[in-house]
Amino acid sequence: MTEDAVSPETTLSPEAANGAISAASTPSKELQTDTTAVTTTTTSKSTDKIGSVLVVGGGISGMQSSLDLADSGFKVYLLDTLPSIGGVMSQLDKTFPTNDCSMCIMAPKLVATGRHHNIQVISNAEIEKVEGDPGNFKVTVNKRARRVNEEKCTGCGVCAQKCPMEAIDEYNMGMVPRASIFIRYAQAVPLVFAIDPNKCIGCGICAEECKAEAVEYDQEDTLTDLQVGSIILSPGFKPFDPTVKEEYGYGVYKNVLTSMEFERFLSATGPYAGTVLRPSDGEVPQKVAFIQCVGSREDPDKGGSPYCSSVCCMYAMKEAVIAQEHTEGLKSHIFFMDIRAHGKEFDDYYERAEKEHEIKFTRARASDVQEDPKTKNLFLTYPEGGEIKREEFDMVVLGIGFLPPENVEKLAEQLGIELNHYKFCNTSSFSPLETTKPGVFVSGAFSGPKDIPDTVAQASGAAAKASSLISDARWTQTTTKEYPPERDVSGEEPRIGVFICHCGINIGGVVDVPGVVEYAKTLPNVVHSEHNLYTCSEDTQGHITEMITEHNLNRTIVASCTPRTHEPLFRGTTAEGGINPYLFEMANIRDQCSWVHMHEPESATQKAKDLVRMAVAKSRLLEPLYTMELPLNKNALVLGGGLSGMTAALELAKQGYNNFLVEKEAELGGNLRHIHYILSQSGNGTNSKAEDPKTKLNELIEAVNNNDKIKVYTNSTLKDVEGFVGNFKSTLATNGGEETVEHGVVIIATGGHEFKPEQYLYGQDPNVMTQRELETKLAGGEFNANSVVMIQCVGSRDENYKWCSRTCCSEAVKNALKIKELKPDTKIYVLYKDIRTFGFREDYYREAAEKGVQFIRYEDERKPIVTNEGGKLKVSVPDFVLKGDIILHPDQVVLSAGTHPNPDNEEIGKLLKIPLNKYNFFLEAHMKLRPVDFATEGVFLAGLAHGPKFIDESISQAAGTVARATTILAHDSLEVEPQISNVVDENCDGCAYCIDPCPYSALTLIEYKRGSAIKKTVEVNEAACKGCGVCQATCPKKGIYIRGFKLDQIAAMVEACLEVS
Amino acid sequence: MVEQAENEPKIIGFLCNWCSYAGADLAGVSRFQYPPNLRIIRLMCSGRVDPYFIIEAFIQGADGVFIGGCHPGDCHYLTGNLYAEKKIKMAKKMLEISGFKSERLRLEWIAASEGELFAKTIREFTNQIQELGPSPITGPNPDLKILHKLKTVQNSVIGFRLRALVSKERKIVEEGNVYGELKTQEEWDEMINQAISAEYARNMILLLTDGKPMSVKELASELEEPTDKVLQHIVYLRKNNFVAMDSIDGTTPKYLSLAEEGQ
Repeated sequence: MTEDAVSPETTLSPEAANGAISAASTPSKELQTDTTAVTTTTTSKSTDKIGSVLVVGGGISGMQSSLDLADSGFKVYLLDTLPSIGGVMSQLDKTFPTNDCSMCIMAPKLVATGRHHNIQVISNAEIEKVEGDPGNFKVTVNKRARRVNEEKCTGCGVCAQKCPMEAIDEYNMGMVPRASIFIRYAQAVPLVFAIDPNKCIGCGICAEECKAEAVEYDQEDTLTDLQVGSIILSPGFKPFDPTVKEEYGYGVYKNVLTSMEFERFLSATGPYAGTVLRPSDGEVPQKVAFIQCVGSREDPDKGGSPYCSSVCCMYAMKEAVIAQEHTEGLKSHIFFMDIRAHGKEFDDYYERAEKEHEIKFTRARASDVQEDPKTKNLFLTYPEGGEIKREEFDMVVLGIGFLPPENVEKLAEQLGIELNHYKFCNTSSFSPLETTKPGVFVSGAFSGPKDIPDTVAQASGAAAKASSLISDARWTQTTTKEYPPERDVSGEEPRIGVFICHCGINIGGVVDVPGVVEYAKTLPNVVHSEHNLYTCSEDTQGHITEMITEHNLNRTIVASCTPRTHEPLFRGTTAEGGINPYLFEMANIRDQCSWVHMHEPESATQKAKDLVRMAVAKSRLLEPLYTMELPLNKNALVLGGGLSGMTAALELAKQGYNNFLVEKEAELGGNLRHIHYILSQSGNGTNSKAEDPKTKLNELIEAVNNNDKIKVYTNSTLKDVEGFVGNFKSTLATNGGEETVEHGVVIIATGGHEFKPEQYLYGQDPNVMTQRELETKLAGGEFNANSVVMIQCVGSRDENYKWCSRTCCSEAVKNALKIKELKPDTKIYVLYKDIRTFGFREDYYREAAEKGVQFIRYEDERKPIVTNEGGKLKVSVPDFVLKGDIILHPDQVVLSAGTHPNPDNEEIGKLLKIPLNKYNFFLEAHMKLRPVDFATEGVFLAGLAHGPKFIDESISQAAGTVARATTILAHDSLEVEPQISNVVDENCDGCAYCIDPCPYSALTLIEYKRGSAIKKTVEVNEAACKGCGVCQATCPKKGIYIRGFKLDQIAAMVEACLEVS
Repeated sequence: MVEQAENEPKIIGFLCNWCSYAGADLAGVSRFQYPPNLRIIRLMCSGRVDPYFIIEAFIQGADGVFIGGCHPGDCHYLTGNLYAEKKIKMAKKMLEISGFKSERLRLEWIAASEGELFAKTIREFTNQIQELGPSPITGPNPDLKILHKLKTVQNSVIGFRLRALVSKERKIVEEGNVYGELKTQEEWDEMINQAISAEYARNMILLLTDGKPMSVKELASELEEPTDKVLQHIVYLRKNNFVAMDSIDGTTPKYLSLAEEGQ
């Protein structure tokens, strides 16, 4: 392939090939205004593939897939069986390992999904039928009767307050009653109530109360046909119901709870507002026991499932820590089999839980729970130190595992996909995102129990796969909103229109709305003021645009609910009136006034007037703002030619983007070159042909080399980088020379490497080797030992290298099983700290134990000792049961050496201004919800560069980076929000104090010539700035400000607030 | 204009869009009631809260200023709230020096899910402000001396030095300075507190000598600081052209502010 093929001018992407069409159909920055657009246009392009995707399940996984797809040019239908999206994450209080507030980090995604004009949320609905082929499916959807009109309901909630019937609140795990007309939770999307058909008695009160006339008792289920190109399944999981495990007394003893119920106890929006109380008597519990592996890692005869649910250890520690933080005097005690803290920095969390929070950990499975019928206290029986103990607790929390989602068999049948032996979606290691049916992809817990970061990465990965299939049809099903031409208001005196909302009775029932209208008329520059029953209703919005014309308004203010949800809507209305949308201001007189001062109408009215006066003060100083467009280079740079890098390069090519794949070694393949066989994820053991790593490696290398959109640079490294998202210019050191490439995004997939042990006679005794060296011997037929000792956590989870390398337990089990297959009589001992064969890999752990592999635990205080006595290896390891030492004389000692970060990371981090964590792996933008992004726009992360992981996980992440990158590359230019930093050159003297506090490294100090003098000033990288304003609050010279939050604008509000005496 | 009832404190709140403002909305959605004294100004990040606004609010007669941000680690802008914390700490310290009750300024972390906590916090804060009584600079007999001091504080917080220091605090205490060294929080606090006292004294001197020549002794008695300290400030201010010696009265030199030219 020639170099020309990848230069931007001759790009082969379908966008460029169809330049004229794509330019017309690519949306420039438009405002998202729900369904109230003036005009919508749909451009269609002749293709047999449909440019839309159905996402089934609106949890964090489905939302992430939907946002990635909609931002990269596809129409999305997001289906949820519940009346609102948000999934399980919406029910969580905090998230590990950062203890972030779940709703705080999730709400922006919820709102973005709900408002995105290319995402149609279809809630309270399920699939009826699927027909057609990949690229063109017809899906029939049954939308169950909600009995509330989605267009009319404003979500005000008066209906629920007046509803006389109580129903079970599933969101709060049945622990708080709710009305039979309900939303699942306060931030629900869509914010539309629904009638619970099981509880509604048909009294008719809600319809009488609803001023918006949204209640429709006669609504019926409706069938709708959707045409989609591909389908993503993310239906999540069902929590295990511990009622079947009678020994724990769940459902009988009041103070035995599930971890999901306990999560709601911890939540500020839960039944006890965050303080943990005993359901039996409302007392604060002092001693809380957490029993792990309830329904997981169990014999199916005992009512559970054999696999590990992967997340319960971490959430139990989180719940234990948070419970102690929320509740004075409470002490947590966790009963576990192995602590599986295999995720990034999870072991640090474990250590803090044990050492800082002093949570007690006991390695035992509690055999049963008994209740003292008088006190309702609970007794746990468990083995410890060779004896049986009985201990009293105030409360017991059961760490329940994951089951496949509800009605999974029906879903599988409708879609024609195969389930695995546990009835989760069947996937394989090398295709973790594909179901067995072409065109149908999978993400989240449906493909196996997993935590949120893994889910989010996989969700992006599924979006990449779902869209590459239909990439020709990008921007064909999307819509663009067009607004009337904007009136130039410069030089005009402000003419402000103030629209004050009754919100039915929500505001009007407390605040004297007409009084506020009259007051508003007295304020400077207000030329029109009126009140509306619902300002957000479609007819009122039309009316506002008329008022803008009639009164020649050049500013609008709406006093109603919160700008967090409604500002974009009213900005759109303002734009429809021909006024710049940033000449709009909002006063929150409902959520922060009438609703919180319900019994003080006079004070509330006064406050509403003050808030309107403050809004007017700011409005007078508002300026029109414009979205900026920066040029965008559509090529990508992929650093690292291992599995992740090659996957990313190929996926980028499938999306239509040329890329440069840079590998420092002489050949592609990375760590995959050393893997000879794997533990199949589809339960096929270690020998499945479809999952042969050597075959897959060769296929990948061939595909990369034969793809004319990928230019491969081997023996090459990154030497220098200039620029920012959309416009990077990188210098590569390649085969002794240098080459400069230009690109819009960067994907970091620089991998890691196996630790070279410094202990256990490694390098001194030829019979001491690493797992990888053993694997090579096994694959090459060179294995000939009669006994083997494997030592886990070598260069992992120790004093020097504290992280868990995630894969080594499974790798040890894999090699042990291989030995048993080749030479069944071989004695194998695995010395371990915790066995972390999470998820379905637990099957192989059990199989190894059944085949006679002996697992012997050791602790940090007494590690195994390996010596060579007269040419024979000797391993001694303490015996916890017999309190003595176990002495072994193996032929070989195999060290499970950890995965270590690439030593080049530091250099690459500096070049791209991206951070590393304390262990020198790259640090993503957010450990929970942005696992493959960096805070630096346009730079993404996959594979071992992020942390140790399995093949399937690397592939998911690599595909995920491509989905994230495509949300940038799919556009024709880089759009920049206007409410960001702006430097005032006359004031800035280049002191540069703003530079350190900037969280996005968006500011640089530059020198320029003014006349003959050299001046210093600060330059804003508009592509990187997010508009937080920390720079402005730091600047001592009024040299930098955030548009829309200028000093005089805020100061005017302060002054207006306090001007009364 | 509008009447404000006696002893009804005026409280102004600066809330970040993503957590505290959302928490305040949730208080509304959940109908958690709190007293109607708070007026909220929405900013994108608590890190945007300029100490200038805080002091300006007090100068204009606010009885309390409330700042709400995301819990550490939750900040939508990664670290904006941490800078807010440093700025507010500095502002509080300044208020303490000026004799204006620093309890009138409060920073709290409130999450989007903590509607009840928001309401409770505002109830408590309103009560606290009510107990403190009206701001000393409001009412029929405003304490002009305190007002004067607040203006000094305001001049100090908009000045170069404290802003520069605050912008570097996290780097020097948490990440390492240009030499790769860390200062302990105690060392830093001692250092910045000295800077705060010095800035306050210097700005006070500038205000006192604005149009009215004063001696070191006179200044020392106004500032309640030893004369040698005041002299050191005078030396600094003269060197930087902020004050000039106006005259010598007997053996006593008097100084006059050059603020207009100097600043």
